[in-house]
Amino acid sequence: MAAGRANRALPRAAVAVVALALSGAGAVAETLHVAIKDLGFGPTAITARVGDVIEWTNTDFIAHTATAENGDFDVEIEPGATARVTVSKAGVVRYYCVFHPDMKATVTVLAK
Amino acid sequence: MLHRIAAAAAVAVVATVAFAAAQTAALNDAQIAHVAYTAGQIDVAAGKLALSKSTNPTVTAFANDMVRDHTAVNDQALALVKKLNVTPQDNDTSKALTKAAAEKTTQLSALSGAAFDAAYIANEVAYHKTVNGALQSTLIPAAQNAELKALLSTGLKIFQGHQAHAEMLAGTIK
Repeated sequence: MAAGRANRALPRAAVAVVALALSGAGAVAETLHVAIKDLGFGPTAITARVGDVIEWTNTDFIAHTATAENGDFDVEIEPGATARVTVSKAGVVRYYCVFHPDMKATVTVLAK
Repeated sequence: MLHRIAAAAAVAVVATVAFAAAQTAALNDAQIAHVAYTAGQIDVAAGKLALSKSTNPTVTAFANDMVRDHTAVNDQALALVKKLNVTPQDNDTSKALTKAAAEKTTQLSALSGAAFDAAYIANEVAYHKTVNGALQSTLIPAAQNAELKALLSTGLKIFQGHQAHAEMLAGTIK
């Protein structure tokens, strides 16, 4: 009997989680777009929340990277390609292109 | 160290003389394309030489950057001349660049270890400085075709980044 109650409780818990996700401001993950063009990130400063996705699109004909100084992420973005990273912890993350260290930008990650 | 600086300066002087010749007789687009492509090929070759000789990860990473970017720019240049139905035309500037590069390759090939690393990076600074100066003052203003002008301008932006990167490394690679 006790096991039965536990089973019935599960769907309610799931509904509660979904409701929380729908009602909580910023709780649903968003995708933030950053363009890479003419050897620059644009915008150079964005604000995300934990769980959001950052998407870089490289329209240059040379390859670039988005490499976090603190090691949080490091992706290579080929010419014409798109790369995505899900940010998982709060903080100010400075990142740059390893191939072209003059290319710099920042993402501020807020707690969920 | 003084010897290395002198050697880098000598190459820069030769290359500057080569580009100065270009200013006396205005280059046409087919010649400009040839000069730009040749300049790119020279740096790709220098990068490959560094990859075969250096064991310093900072130097090999930079060399890889040079090979990757200059190959990409030259691929764009080839695609553009094909599209425009232009055949790149050899000229005195290209010839002087090639000659200076061959001499530099001989010098660099004789070095090894830290001496090679320092000389390679010093030459990358000098070479990019010279080529960027020529692009800015001579080649870009002389280019008639808008697409060629745009590609050279994008190239300049990329190569200015290379110059800054090489200058940064020159301060750490002794």
